[in-house]
Amino acid sequence: MDQGFFLLFAAASVVAALTLVLARNPVHSALALMACFLQVSAIFVLLEAPLLAVIQIFVYVGAIMVLFLFVIMMIDVREAVLQRFLPGSNLPVLVLLVLLGVEMLVLVLRSDRFSVAEPVAMRTGGEVRQLSTTLFADYLLPFEVASVILLAALIGAIVLARKEPR
Amino acid sequence: MVPLWWYIVLGVVLFVIGAAGVLLRRNILVVLMSLELLLNSVNINFIAFGHYYDDYRGQIFAIFVIAITAAEVAVALGILVALARNKSTLKVDEVTMMKG
Repeated sequence: MDQGFFLLFAAASVVAALTLVLARNPVHSALALMACFLQVSAIFVLLEAPLLAVIQIFVYVGAIMVLFLFVIMMIDVREAVLQRFLPGSNLPVLVLLVLLGVEMLVLVLRSDRFSVAEPVAMRTGGEVRQLSTTLFADYLLPFEVASVILLAALIGAIVLARKEPR
Repeated sequence: MVPLWWYIVLGVVLFVIGAAGVLLRRNILVVLMSLELLLNSVNINFIAFGHYYDDYRGQIFAIFVIAITAAEVAVALGILVALARNKSTLKVDEVTMMKG
């Protein structure tokens, strides 16, 4: 049951990711990325992380992708449709990517550290409560630093995108 | 139950596809979107390990990754809008203003 759902979501997310990389039109890429994020959030639900799944949908699909679509609407993307990939020979990059993928797969499949079949302990409810206790007790300083980073990014984005006064 | 390495392999596949998008595509917008895909594949690993070893730090790191990604996208798109206004190009290989 679980395995079937995992294979379904994984296959859909890989297909969506390939569409993202191969699509000619940036709008199609954005929509494919949205579909991929939805599949990944379903995989988070399979991993018993419902809070993360909801955050994924809210932040990625709801905020970040809408931002991308707004920018695509603001900028004329017609000239970018003509040529998808970088000019020149892309062979070294492809070889590098294949090497990277094969290396990671070999490391994962040959190590017995990743062959855990069952979670160590089953959780007993109150998951969000425990998660938030850990977040706001042990990781309070990183949390505040992240909020300061978000504020700085907000101001920086406004300053960067503003028209310069003449 | 799904074994742990299935999730890791899914993360690897999505990471390689995203890296291909970052390295090969010519449009800056698609490069940024592929970057999002890279960060998301790392999140899958964080949450999978956190689930299988019963540790909440995986989910907490994933939350931080999502927050920092939001900041990164805001700044990157701001730079992109400024770039499109000043240079009116979206091709990665034509943005060579900092080359000197």
